[in-house]
Amino acid sequence: MRVTQGTFSFLPDLTDAQIARQIEYCLGNGWAVSVEYTDDPHPRNTYWEMFGTPMFDIRDAAGVMTEVNACRKTFPNHYIKLNAFDSTRGRESLRLSFIIGRPATEPGFGLLREEGPGRSVRYTTRAYATERPEGERY
Amino acid sequence: MPPRDGLSAAPAAGEPLDLQAAYRDSHVGEVLDSLDRELIGLAPVKSRIRDIAALLLIDKLRRAVGLSSGPPALHMSFTGNPGTGKTTVAMRMAEILHRLGYVRKGHLIAVTRDDLVGQYIGHTAPKTREVLKKAMGGVLFIDEAYYLYRPENERDYGQEAIEILLQVMENQRDDLVVILAGYKDRMETFFRSNPGMSSRIAHHIDFPDYTPGELLAIARLMLEQMQYRVSGEGSEALREYIEKRRAQPHFANARSIRNALDRARLRQASRLFERIGGAISRQDLQTIEESDIRASRVFREQHD
Repeated sequence: MRVTQGTFSFLPDLTDAQIARQIEYCLGNGWAVSVEYTDDPHPRNTYWEMFGTPMFDIRDAAGVMTEVNACRKTFPNHYIKLNAFDSTRGRESLRLSFIIGRPATEPGFGLLREEGPGRSVRYTTRAYATERPEGERY
Repeated sequence: MPPRDGLSAAPAAGEPLDLQAAYRDSHVGEVLDSLDRELIGLAPVKSRIRDIAALLLIDKLRRAVGLSSGPPALHMSFTGNPGTGKTTVAMRMAEILHRLGYVRKGHLIAVTRDDLVGQYIGHTAPKTREVLKKAMGGVLFIDEAYYLYRPENERDYGQEAIEILLQVMENQRDDLVVILAGYKDRMETFFRSNPGMSSRIAHHIDFPDYTPGELLAIARLMLEQMQYRVSGEGSEALREYIEKRRAQPHFANARSIRNALDRARLRQASRLFERIGGAISRQDLQTIEESDIRASRVFREQHD
């Protein structure tokens, strides 16, 4: 079950050439690109870990791609995404964020129901992957 | 990169190709002209840049008729005495290669040994890789490159930096151009002990010492850029100064000329200051007189 979080997530996996073109677009707009990874695919997980530092001073996609490849080699079975941060005054936020690497199998999500007072039910999603400890999930 | 010039339709075999149109549509002419204007002398450098520019044009024609054309190896090594323009040309080279279309972004990252080599085990590789990441798409200029290799100190990590550089210079030739620079004899020793580095450098360019005529032209150009002019007699004194100074030890070519001009400016300022209370015109502020140059120690030592 392919996780559909972030831009381009409904498309088939981007090739390296396509990723490089997207990075060029971000750098051309003066956005800082960073690489993040996680193995917890829950949609409310906003605590992905950054690989290295945000690349404010990189001028070309080839430099970013070396960082991406280093991350892929270190974490072959994690989700990896690219973020582009716009630092112009008044914006100071992410402009583009897309997943560029996934584990080989993605077990998906289940629905958890919790009964409350007065037979009210509260729902939440649970990622099957997180049933196992970090580092042993894929 | 598809050619965007007057060669849109592929001509038939045997039909003459329009080199003139390709030359016009590329930026080659402007690049070579501005190079001739702004840098004095440096004949071997200019001829090599002309060759690279010519290759660019011929590559365009080849692509237009369907022949393959790959970018040439562009790593360079600049050797020469102090003050012969190595760093200056390296800075210009990034811009030139970018305008010729060989380098994607055209920025220059200038580093020395300290930016590449770490102080403890495990420090060198990330440091070097960070620098290489920043330089991708542009030119990496390594000044005094021979300091990377210190065979007498076995705890030196320069060799690791060299190995990472060699790997990137070979595998990512399209992404990065590396220019090494340094004094001729020490660079020769460096290349002898690192044949891998030497073989990856396609262009070994030597920067000859400037002739007295070239030094005078450089002095004039510097004065013009600083918005000064030199009087007729002052010009003659400058010529004599250059000849005498060249014969003395520790002559650093263009850098010595710049220092001499700065000292002449100091003397001019003192001379004008002595006229305080009197009239000083704009012309006075701009002119360097003969006395400002003749006051130099170079003229006096002749009488020892």
